[in-house]
Amino acid sequence: MTTITDPPKESFRLSQLIYDTRYRSLTFQAIAALVLALSIWYLGNNLIQNLRAAGLNISYDFLGDPAGYDINQRLIEYDSQSSHARAAVVGVLNTLLVAFLACITATIFGVLAGVLRLSNNWLVSKIMAIYVEIFRNIPVLIWIIIIFTIMTAVLPGPRAFRGDNATASMVLDSFAFTNRGIYVPKPIWTTGGILVVVTFLLSVIGVFAYRRYAANLLYATGKLLPTGWPSLAILIVPTLLVLYVPSNPLWLVLMAIVGLVLFLGALAVAFWAIGQALRAITSAAGDFVAVISVVLAFVAFVYFGGFSFLAFFWSLTGFGELVPLMQFESPALKGFNFSGGIKVGGPLIALWFALSIYTGAFIAENVRAGIQAVSKGQTEAASALGLRPGRVMNLVVLPQALRVIIPPLISQYLNITKNSSLAIAVGYADVTATLGGITLNQTGRAIECVLLLMLFYLTISLLISAFMNVYNSSIKLKER
Amino acid sequence: MSDTHAETVAFVQDTTIPPAPPPAAETGIVKWLRENLFATPVNGLLTIAALYLIYLVLNVSLPWIFGGLWTTTSLAECREILQGKSAACFSVLTERWNQLLYGFKYPAEEYWRPNVAFVLLFVAAAPVLFFDLPRKLLIFTGLYPFIAYWLIWGGSALIPIVALLGILGGGLVYKQFVKTSFAAGFFGAIVTAFVIWIVAGMLIPENASENAMLPAVPSRDLGGFMLNMMLGVTCVSLSLPIGIALALGRQSDMPLIKWICVIFIEFIRGVPLITLLFVASVMLAYFFPPDSTVDLFLRVVIMITMFSSAYIAEVIRGGLAALPKGQYEGADSLGLDYAQAMQLIILPQALKISIPGIVNVAVGLFKDTTLVSVISMFDLVGMIRGPILASTEWNGVYWELLGFAALLFFVVCYGISQYSQWLERRLATDHR
Repeated sequence: MTTITDPPKESFRLSQLIYDTRYRSLTFQAIAALVLALSIWYLGNNLIQNLRAAGLNISYDFLGDPAGYDINQRLIEYDSQSSHARAAVVGVLNTLLVAFLACITATIFGVLAGVLRLSNNWLVSKIMAIYVEIFRNIPVLIWIIIIFTIMTAVLPGPRAFRGDNATASMVLDSFAFTNRGIYVPKPIWTTGGILVVVTFLLSVIGVFAYRRYAANLLYATGKLLPTGWPSLAILIVPTLLVLYVPSNPLWLVLMAIVGLVLFLGALAVAFWAIGQALRAITSAAGDFVAVISVVLAFVAFVYFGGFSFLAFFWSLTGFGELVPLMQFESPALKGFNFSGGIKVGGPLIALWFALSIYTGAFIAENVRAGIQAVSKGQTEAASALGLRPGRVMNLVVLPQALRVIIPPLISQYLNITKNSSLAIAVGYADVTATLGGITLNQTGRAIECVLLLMLFYLTISLLISAFMNVYNSSIKLKER
Repeated sequence: MSDTHAETVAFVQDTTIPPAPPPAAETGIVKWLRENLFATPVNGLLTIAALYLIYLVLNVSLPWIFGGLWTTTSLAECREILQGKSAACFSVLTERWNQLLYGFKYPAEEYWRPNVAFVLLFVAAAPVLFFDLPRKLLIFTGLYPFIAYWLIWGGSALIPIVALLGILGGGLVYKQFVKTSFAAGFFGAIVTAFVIWIVAGMLIPENASENAMLPAVPSRDLGGFMLNMMLGVTCVSLSLPIGIALALGRQSDMPLIKWICVIFIEFIRGVPLITLLFVASVMLAYFFPPDSTVDLFLRVVIMITMFSSAYIAEVIRGGLAALPKGQYEGADSLGLDYAQAMQLIILPQALKISIPGIVNVAVGLFKDTTLVSVISMFDLVGMIRGPILASTEWNGVYWELLGFAALLFFVVCYGISQYSQWLERRLATDHR
């Protein structure tokens, strides 16, 4: 008989804390926790002592006090009697505004430059390479200053627009480029404005509906409808028609009476045209006829639908006095400056343009890398299937390239948002300039201001990276 | 048989026809032009548009550059000579050359010191950048920070010597103890270095800097492009080891260490550098002991180093993640402990993969050193926007100054990125 002896009872020795891998990580973490606690205590202690010595405390009460300074670029109501908190909100909105604008234009610049850099045209691809290298290798601060200098030192002052022999003139009589900013026409909100907006929204819906219809048709019958110019037509034509509706009272009264009839008529016309189009497509008739009828159907629907809306609206407001649906107020020279219109300040333009052209260079490289990452076999296989070059790009290369392009693109958007804090160099009132600049200097609340500032940027970047994670998992290759 | 065949054929070529030259359109420059510039009508239009663009740019810029004046003493004089012609007034560069490079307070008779430090920088960087140079040169690289500190700030030579001694002592202790345990060597070295610094720091007399060989220059007198270079070089070289440590910490399976690293990295990456510079200029002083005065340069270096080490950590983490799992397992199966596995197997490969990313961060960081002008330090951009453009002589000379700054940064950054591409080709061990 053998007996199994118990394994020797493990006794814990102190040296195991260092030499035994089971306990070593605990030791290290304990040391790390100790060091962390000590340094926090040390820093906190210093902070308390310094604050006491300076007679300060940590308090956010100053946010409620009147700010006492003006902000010339603002999206919401603000004057010098508003509170510091409101100044900060104005700054936040300004940051978001310039970041949003710059993201759009940087994407346009970047995609253009990235695609053109792969162009067969030697000269064009070299110019794009030079653009990318120049803008990537020079600090964005210098670009912001350069473009701000162009804005302030090269563009004419309002004085130059004055008199009979003016040295400067307005573009199209409605855009004025001055060293104080760019003045653009301002849309005036009238009763009919809602109609234009509604029509435009309906057009957008129409575009989606049309594209969806085209896709369904393609999968069902194999007929391929063009989507490019019809979408554009659906998007623009109804809105233009509504904008330039003849403003004749009789016309309006007529419409008010027959509004409902028109609406039903529009519906009928639309259905009839779609039916025609379907018949044309399934029969031997040409593609062109089919497309025209479908486009007509949507335009008819949106246009007449829009008119019946107008009629309905006017009958509600008691046939109010006749106003054009949409008016624009052009800037005009009054006294020493322009008045009317919307003033887009020089700092905003400088920051916007500099950020977009600088980040555009980085995006161009991302786009180029993404397109080159699609293996050549894909392009060749698509050509072998008989796809034309445009289709190869749209249907085969771009969908695969986007998977590579979008994650770095989003982090470039994040960079734009963070770089927009350079606004302080040209005096654009973003959140760094209001909360971290003037408010900080006026109240002396350095710690509170900087903490709030960091909190804002952290929130933005965490939001963007959360969005990126969601996107990444949604486009991940589905492996089964 | 052949005879009969020959009779039925009217003519038989019995010599080789000499090869004809290719058609004119298919050879030489014509072919190149046709294929690369005028392949399709649209392409041709693009080419013409591009040529016109180039013409527009050169038409304005070339006369402006070559007609430039170099010897006047003020913008007014320039305008007088030019008589309304459009040309550059480069004399601002010649007249304010020293201010642009060294700032406006650095003593003029000491300019040779930063110059020497700048030249030595290349000597020190050479063995790091080019592996074929003798490895002995790395000793000089190790000494360079202390020499450069002494040259630029001057004052008593004892301070850099003591700093060096502390590090040497720490190194010796590390070598001694690392054979028994990495942790013992590591912590022993840190303790030794601190002991040496504290003890020797007490021994240095208070007035050591007064009659030093090189007169002391306070940090606030540094400026110009020198300041950009100093910030860039210091912060990149400091942030590399910190970045490696953070990346390893983020990969660690010890939850506490991992979360400290994650929070640090994500926090730093989430805020713009400007806010960190605000911290350096207005907030960091509150966290130092009440009676100490830490100068702005050091505070800025701390914040920029934190900033770039977070970015470098993310780049290196990418490199670590790109290594196949087999490398980690192979190192384990050889019986290497964590420190050995990292030093010998993992980091060499991971760092090689991360080189392009690290260089990108370094270039970005160097460009970002211009931001210190926002917290009123007089770096190159600060000098241009502050003292020079505000002076009565040169108020209004924008393009020459901004163009000069852009050119300086372009040369450095483009050079670094070209080096990184060369290095990537050099280190590519796969055969393609």
